[in-house]
Amino acid sequence: MNRILIVDDEPNILLSLEFLFKKEGFQVLIARDGEEALELIEQSTPKVVILDIMMPKVDGYEVCQHLKKNHEEVKVIFLTAKSKEQDIEKGKNIGADLYLTKPFSTKNLLNQVKALIN
Amino acid sequence: MFSNVTVILFSFGYLALLFAIAYLTERSSFKNKKLSSNPVIYSLSLAVYCTAWTYYGSVGRAASNGLEFLTIYIGPSLIAPLWWLVMRKIIRISKVQRIASIADFISSRYGKNISLGSIVTLFCLLGIIPYISLQIKAVALSFDILQSPLAGFQENAAPFFQDTAFYLALGLALFTILFGTRNIEATAQHEGLVMTIAFESLFKLLAFLVVGVFVSYFIFDGVAEIFSQAAERGFDNLFVLQGEHGVSEWFWMSMLSMMAILFLPRQFQMGVIENTQERHLNTAMWLFPLYLLLINLFVLPIALGGLVTFGWGNVDADTFVLALPISVGQDWLAMLVYLGGFSAATSMIIVASIALSTMVSNNLVMPLLLLNHNFQKRNQHHFSNILIWSRRFSILAIILSSYIYYRIVGAQFSLVSIGLISFVAIAQLAPAILGGIYWKEGSRVGALTGILVGFVLWFYTLVVPTIISAGYLPHSIMTEGPFGLSFLIPVSLFGFKEMSYITHGLFFSLLPNFFCYLFISAISKQTSKEHNQAAVFVDIFKYSTILDSSIIWKGQAYIRDLKSLLANFLGEVKTQEAMQQYVDVSGKRVDDKIKADPEFVNYAERLLTGIIGSASARIMVASVVKEEEISMTEVLDMLKETQELKHLNEELQEKSEALRQATNSLQKMNQSLIENDKLKDEFISTVTHEMKTPITSIRAFSEILQDEDLPEEDRNRFLGIIIQETDRMTRMIDQVLDLERFDSGKQELEFQPVDLSILLLEACDSMAQVFKDRKIKLDIELDLHHSLINAHEDRVKQVILNLLSNAAKFASAEVCLRAFLVNGQVIVEVLDDGKGVPEEDIPYIFDKFYQAKNQTSKKPIGSGLGLAISKKIMDYHQGSIKMERKGNHTCFQLIFPAIENKSSHNINSENEQNTHSR
Repeated sequence: MNRILIVDDEPNILLSLEFLFKKEGFQVLIARDGEEALELIEQSTPKVVILDIMMPKVDGYEVCQHLKKNHEEVKVIFLTAKSKEQDIEKGKNIGADLYLTKPFSTKNLLNQVKALIN
Repeated sequence: MFSNVTVILFSFGYLALLFAIAYLTERSSFKNKKLSSNPVIYSLSLAVYCTAWTYYGSVGRAASNGLEFLTIYIGPSLIAPLWWLVMRKIIRISKVQRIASIADFISSRYGKNISLGSIVTLFCLLGIIPYISLQIKAVALSFDILQSPLAGFQENAAPFFQDTAFYLALGLALFTILFGTRNIEATAQHEGLVMTIAFESLFKLLAFLVVGVFVSYFIFDGVAEIFSQAAERGFDNLFVLQGEHGVSEWFWMSMLSMMAILFLPRQFQMGVIENTQERHLNTAMWLFPLYLLLINLFVLPIALGGLVTFGWGNVDADTFVLALPISVGQDWLAMLVYLGGFSAATSMIIVASIALSTMVSNNLVMPLLLLNHNFQKRNQHHFSNILIWSRRFSILAIILSSYIYYRIVGAQFSLVSIGLISFVAIAQLAPAILGGIYWKEGSRVGALTGILVGFVLWFYTLVVPTIISAGYLPHSIMTEGPFGLSFLIPVSLFGFKEMSYITHGLFFSLLPNFFCYLFISAISKQTSKEHNQAAVFVDIFKYSTILDSSIIWKGQAYIRDLKSLLANFLGEVKTQEAMQQYVDVSGKRVDDKIKADPEFVNYAERLLTGIIGSASARIMVASVVKEEEISMTEVLDMLKETQELKHLNEELQEKSEALRQATNSLQKMNQSLIENDKLKDEFISTVTHEMKTPITSIRAFSEILQDEDLPEEDRNRFLGIIIQETDRMTRMIDQVLDLERFDSGKQELEFQPVDLSILLLEACDSMAQVFKDRKIKLDIELDLHHSLINAHEDRVKQVILNLLSNAAKFASAEVCLRAFLVNGQVIVEVLDDGKGVPEEDIPYIFDKFYQAKNQTSKKPIGSGLGLAISKKIMDYHQGSIKMERKGNHTCFQLIFPAIENKSSHNINSENEQNTHSR
């Protein structure tokens, strides 16, 4: 079973993503901020993490850095409204496998995640 | 007595000692420059003023004229306090203009004129050579007495090659050449020489004091005894102020010696050229008069003692100093006295011949040679050699001519009279020099006329009588006047018989000199160069710092030409050094290819002036510079300009300071503009970022809704979310537009009296559901007595709702809304028990850019724009909004000005004063 962790502070975005991935047969974990995400990662390491960047307490960059350091095998996808070129550059430098911007196409997101897993 | 050989041995031994002092000083001066640069040494070296004339002649004069001998020491002592004014000015001018002699000084002041410098040099030679010969005479005289004291002075009949004085003269010439012409720069200081002169001054003083003490306390029984014995023998007329012509005599003699101490070439050499620091004058001002006092202390006792011992007329009074020790068999004391006199004579001969040789080479030889263009071309690479050898040859020539003068003429006169005649000759320079440094109008023609007239009259009144008495002219001139014109008798012009010979000569030469200088200067016109120099001399303390830029000069020259010119005199190495110094000081570039600016030309000219004198330097520089004549008005304008420039510069500095301040504040303004601009950018980026959130949800759910298999329940739920997010989007757009309207001042609010209690209750009503959903208790405490505020109802409600919704968001259990009156102000507070805003963010929470400004990737607390808009609204109401922590609560406080207290029976609400709880 493919385990996926979705991290976002917007309840409605979380809801839509949870719905989408459950329907595709993923085991979905959700976190409302970075802190929660880090806890969940330690409890049950997911295959893929979909990460917002701007969140209270611990931001997406820190979560990504932690993952790349401690759980290299976990794929990280940034899904953020930050769409400036230097933001994308920074996200890739930090080690993200994918950088997608909001608003996003659900089909594209699903395809990308599947491609990443295989 | 001593044999010829012994005396000669001692004389040359003393000379050898001088050589040793000079040599050792110059050698050690490389290690320690300070040795000769000492105020005491400087003061002692000034005592070159006291020659053999002082040493022997004062006693002679005291024996015949009593206290009158003092006049020539009173003058210098009286004027010494004024040195700080006059001497310092002359020193400053000479250093700045690199002046090497008194002739140079005068020629430089009056437009660097060749003829003036040459004439002054010639007259100095005429005036000083007899004076030098006088010293040779004194040495020869004392030499003879030491060998055969009883024979007295005899006409020197021996041929010169058997005359010891001749060989002594040659020895002195050698010494002077060796230590006086080492450096090609005439302005360079001669450390060895200065030390030697200081030593000689000390030596002659000690020798004279020793003989004075011996005569007073060993031959006689104290000074009082001498005086009483002298009085017994009828010499008491010498004790008091007297003389044929009394007070006026004293006055003129003091005046004469005042000028002598300043302008005698040897005094100028020691006092000005060899001066290393102006402040040495401070010491010299008291030490030099003290020296004069000491050396004159025993003059009268010795003179009277001599008269008592030998009687009147039996022994030449000029030789009392020697004769007294010899008469009591103190041969070795006599030898010391002889050497003291020898030192007084040699120091004068050495310094005077150096000073004169500089004048001769710089003001006679060089200008004559340089005016000849062929010579200039042929010898341009040997200039420095020619110069130094001309100076050496001059020294030899001067000393030898003095010797010849002594052999032919000098033997016939007493020591004092020749000295005084020299003094009067030098005094002729006084009007031109003193006028030159204090009176800008003093002109070249005036100075030249004055000096010429003065010298002609000097010659006629003082020299002609000596020629007559030597038998070269008919004696009738002295009794009947030339061609029988009795008013032209040299010693009593226009029948003036009241004055002594010297005073008469001084009066009739100096006064016409002075008036010619004044009158002709007043009516003649200065050239531009002259005026420039005049201004520099008179205002030296103003110009010495900005001198280079104040020199007027117009023309064209190449630096390369000037450099090769300098190299001819200085040599390559020194020229390079001088260039480097110029670059260091001026900060300007010196490039062979570029044209020289006036400052550089002037610098080069001053360098040359130090070597060959101002007039010659001018000729040399003119040979490579294509100079244009500048008009008088230009000169005046430019001089005025330099002074104005200084003033202007100060003003400019003030202005630039003000400008700098303005720039600073402009920069600050610009900085804040940039900051604002940046904030605006960030604000836009934040707003658009925030807007993407609802759009993302809307899009995601819309795509999900495309799936036709979706259960009805989910479908409805997701549609609800889409509508909710659309509302959020609309709200955000409204807020941004709101803020924009408030910011730009386009927002207009119409105010009307509003009962705040009702408004607050309505707001609470509309928020009731939110609180209920979040399970948060809302307490309401109103104590307003239906106070009215002037307000825009909807906007105020917007603020209250914003605060309530924020509170609902962050409270953990309860929120309290309360309102009350304090001092006619309506206060509304919303408190929640949430964690609150971090301390450091409190000052920024009402800032619309707050979010953006402190933006990191961490999401800020709050909705973003609500508080900023609330603050704007409160501002419109002349109210205020602030936030603080009150205990465990976050408290937002609104303050409105109240308009009036509405009578409580008008609106009678149950809610009033109630604690409303939900």
